[in-house]
Amino acid sequence: MGLKQKLHKLKEKYQGTKMAPAFNAIHTFLYLPNETTQGGTHIKAADDLKRTMNIVIMALIPCLIFGMFNAGYQHHLATGEVSAVANSFFSGSFWNLDNLWLGLTKILPLMIVSYGVGLAVEFIFAVVKGHEVEEGYLVTGMLVPLIVPIDIPLWMLAVAVIFGVVIGKEVFGGTGMNVLNPALTIRAFLFFAYPTWMSGDKVWVHGAVERAQQLADGATVDAISGETILGSLAQSQPLHYSTWDMFFGFIPGSIGETSTFLILLGALFLIFTKIGSWRIMLSAVLGALVMGYIFNMVVDADVITSGSKFFGLMSLEFWQHLLIGGLAFGIVYMATDPVTAAQTNKGKWIYGFLIGFLSVMIRVFNPAYPEGVMLAILLMNVFAPTIDHFVVQGNIKKREKRLKAKTV
Amino acid sequence: MAEVAEQEEKVKVPKEPLFSKKNRKLITDPLTDNNPITIQVLGICSALAITAQLKASIVMAVSVLFVLGVGNVVISLMRNIIPSKIRIIVQLIVVASLVIIVDLVLKAFAYELSKELSVFIGLIITNCIIMGRFEAFALGNGPWKSFLDGIGNAAGYGLILVIVGFFRELLGSGTLLGIPVLGDPIEKTGLYAFGYENNGFMLLSPMALIVVGLIIWVQRSRNKALIED
Repeated sequence: MGLKQKLHKLKEKYQGTKMAPAFNAIHTFLYLPNETTQGGTHIKAADDLKRTMNIVIMALIPCLIFGMFNAGYQHHLATGEVSAVANSFFSGSFWNLDNLWLGLTKILPLMIVSYGVGLAVEFIFAVVKGHEVEEGYLVTGMLVPLIVPIDIPLWMLAVAVIFGVVIGKEVFGGTGMNVLNPALTIRAFLFFAYPTWMSGDKVWVHGAVERAQQLADGATVDAISGETILGSLAQSQPLHYSTWDMFFGFIPGSIGETSTFLILLGALFLIFTKIGSWRIMLSAVLGALVMGYIFNMVVDADVITSGSKFFGLMSLEFWQHLLIGGLAFGIVYMATDPVTAAQTNKGKWIYGFLIGFLSVMIRVFNPAYPEGVMLAILLMNVFAPTIDHFVVQGNIKKREKRLKAKTV
Repeated sequence: MAEVAEQEEKVKVPKEPLFSKKNRKLITDPLTDNNPITIQVLGICSALAITAQLKASIVMAVSVLFVLGVGNVVISLMRNIIPSKIRIIVQLIVVASLVIIVDLVLKAFAYELSKELSVFIGLIITNCIIMGRFEAFALGNGPWKSFLDGIGNAAGYGLILVIVGFFRELLGSGTLLGIPVLGDPIEKTGLYAFGYENNGFMLLSPMALIVVGLIIWVQRSRNKALIED
């Protein structure tokens, strides 16, 4: 008897009991469900929830693999074991197995904790409330390890995942009912609860904290750098990464967010498969560019001089905002979350534009929160229903006017 | 003769015992099924603002207990002579006087704490629970019942404050009443030796709202009758 039959048997055995949702979930996750719809006509569509989620996960895999290499590369670069890559995407000092191994041993535990804890919470809720386990956590569980710093302690991640899934999703009624993006809720929780692990110059490269400690103790360690570009710009330090480095992603940062190049590929894939909304992505990019350009103009007009604490980020070329920090990652994978984004087409334009616009604004004006995109997306998540409401009302008014004009 | 007259009076109006079932309910109801914070959702502002430390929560709870207990009795005694048109002003004057007493006592005997609680003691005046109980109960009931009602509601309010304060201080600062209970975060003793860290989010007001929300969730899932549509 194969595993499939065993699962069928188990499922039938527990049919109608409290544990049924848990067995159903394992079954549908591994195999096609053995029940078919009975009677009546019904709509057939290829893109069910599971397929949607899987496509997003596929779009995330390049970022994940790159993140593993980058984690190792940043560490080995800081310890001086590899030389810096020279503006080329296929560089031997980046794509080597040592880098991958270090990344793998650091990132795999994060993924296991993220999925294990998150799915456990989902299963418990499904069993207690007696509904089916939904696939909603599959993408969240993948996103979470990609948007945290490499050295985050596992128990912190576990606490944050419990918080994010329960407060961000389950209290509203589970997948499809949540107001806030669960992955970002988890990150926001970490950010406010354990700020020393989520910001600053020591957390983005594996082992930077220890090396800084050794240095303070008098050891001769080469480099302790590990500041993200956003962090150093906020302190008005000059940019010491080339544009190509930033575009390809050979920079410190959260695990999956650094490579704008691969995020762009993921975005094209999501748009091509019609899973992600191109309206949101495009308008968010526009929003970020407009805000960045306004800041450039302010600098050009000499309103802000080099002594100002805003100078570093304001004087950054407006299009470079897209290459640094998590802006691109947030726009492509999180702003487009179909549940928490605006639903109407016009609403999506407004929603996306404001995300980009606010992200850059928060970045520049609040150096304490260099990663503005997280806060901007969460804020716009809250406003998305309002935007939709006014778009729909506007449409109704327009139609009423047309009707009146016709009847007159 | 006088004794006989008294006895006759007693026979005429059977006196309710001080702690009859009805009177006891005045105290126990606000603690659970009619809690001012979790059921009536009143007095939230102060519950969010001052619960980062357990000590501040307890002082706040005691202050409200005093103001509401005494205030209810005073209003109840005056209920037949207050013209209804100006009753809100009269109530405000009563609360204000009591709050000033609390404020001065705190300044005299617990100066540090009064600085910490700063404006929130003064803002007891605007606490919806107090005006609510004056309006809804003290204006229509005798002093003893009003006293019990005041004590009960203030205790219900204080109970939630202390629960929220307990969790926020324990998880946010690792202390209780200012005494470190989880070890020393700098020397890395106790729990901190295992890599535990204080949760800074607990010290921010949004977390108080979430903790109150969790209490409401637990309470309503234990007693389904409390769930509104």
